[in-house]
Amino acid sequence: MAEQIIFYILAAVIVIFSVLSVTSRRILRSATYLLFVLIATGGIYLQLGYEFLAGVQISVYAGGILVLFIFSILLTSHAGDKEKPREWKRVLSAALVALGGGALCLYIILKNIFKTAEQVWQQPTMQEIGMTLMGTDKSQYLLPFEAISILLLACIIGGIMIARKR
Amino acid sequence: MFDFQIVTSWFDNLLRGCMPEFWVLFIEFVVIGIALLTAYALIALALIYGERKICAFFQCRLGPNRVGWKGLLQPFADMFKILLKEIISINHIDKVLFYIAPFVVIIASFLSFGAIPFGKGMQVLDFNIGIFYVLAVSSLGIIGILLAGWASNNKFSMIGAMRSGAQLVSYELSASVALLTVVVLAGTMQLSEIVEMQQDGWFIFKGHIPMIIAFISYLISGHAETNRGPFDLPEAESELTAGYHTEYSGIQFGFFYLSEYLNMFIIASIATTMFLGGWMPLHISGLDAFNQVMDYIPSVVWFLGKTALLVFFSLWVRWTFPRLRIDQLLHLEWKYILPINMINLIVMTIIVVYGWHF
Repeated sequence: MAEQIIFYILAAVIVIFSVLSVTSRRILRSATYLLFVLIATGGIYLQLGYEFLAGVQISVYAGGILVLFIFSILLTSHAGDKEKPREWKRVLSAALVALGGGALCLYIILKNIFKTAEQVWQQPTMQEIGMTLMGTDKSQYLLPFEAISILLLACIIGGIMIARKR
Repeated sequence: MFDFQIVTSWFDNLLRGCMPEFWVLFIEFVVIGIALLTAYALIALALIYGERKICAFFQCRLGPNRVGWKGLLQPFADMFKILLKEIISINHIDKVLFYIAPFVVIIASFLSFGAIPFGKGMQVLDFNIGIFYVLAVSSLGIIGILLAGWASNNKFSMIGAMRSGAQLVSYELSASVALLTVVVLAGTMQLSEIVEMQQDGWFIFKGHIPMIIAFISYLISGHAETNRGPFDLPEAESELTAGYHTEYSGIQFGFFYLSEYLNMFIIASIATTMFLGGWMPLHISGLDAFNQVMDYIPSVVWFLGKTALLVFFSLWVRWTFPRLRIDQLLHLEWKYILPINMINLIVMTIIVVYGWHF
């Protein structure tokens, strides 16, 4: 009961603010609504009992990427800037695409047969997550982890190169 | 040593005896929320009084001494004054963001306030990811500051917000790396376990040299994250009037003010928990009688005493050093503190692998 109420509150926050973040005509407001969506998603992870994922969601998306978004908006626009009202053709095509996507998701959810897990799921400890990330055995992920770190390094060097050209 | 968990589990059993689970949870949530809010407000008032008094002594003044004994009721008077003030509504601002911003700042500081272990069994959120949770939610405060500066539609606020953003983003890194050094030694991120592990010696003694370096760099970067002392250029009053909260009035300004004080307390209490043993009394192995005496002091007193000491350090620093320039501030972080911290982390790992710590 308590869980369900919290879930409905989180779901309502996600739905309302997702819609607001694409319909708002001021760009920084969109970013703020997106922040609420990301935090509420973190809340759903907490409700599933996976604290690590909730922490990552808040620290990477809300605390990291969104701060970068806001920073770049602050550097490129003024308070009071407003987008022009959208053309009806674009609104219509976007609405059609969204409806199509929603219908597809609904079809899959209704069609799918949900199986109940046989063993009780236990929350992994930080040690297990660390071992899985850094191990080299079967179903451990050192190689993808390193590949992503090289990708990030390339991004950082690229960013510095672009900044130095000025 | 008294375990506060006895009280909470007694309360839980009492409620479970007479009502269904939904109402038990509901009442407990409300009670915990009220308790935390009260603690938040009272600690803020104590900090405001302490700051005004200590600053006065640093400047050879007396400080507040009219309202109540030695001015003890002054912060309460200030609180009622700020609650009664008018909120001035301003034209040509982004109203929605302007009103949201103070709440974002105060909610971020309140979320990390909930995870602090105040005493034995006195902790609201004890996650497995403990310290990572604190770092994650405290990084949300930046968004509030940036929104406040932008929505005010004022050049000074904007410059203050940009400075504050740059400062918080960069100093957050070295604060996290310094805390990671502790996690390497402890082998866990759960705050209650970290405190338990310091039973036979605080981490600052156990981890000797690298731990002391991490402690100092955490204090510096934590101090920078609270926008105070020599790092208060986001609101440098001689250049920017008041930085990002220039346009705010009444209780909205009060929120920024409150969260600034509480962030100071949160930084000090995280440093206490990670380095100085949290609520653990000072134990010296071998001296059993001494340890016995130390156990008689309640754990809350230990925690608040150590935290108050660190807060006093932060005030001391504030009135000792002149304000930095923005380029000096970023140089200090990126060219000195962060590299030192990185090397320190590697040294700590080597020490843990070879077992050279106590």
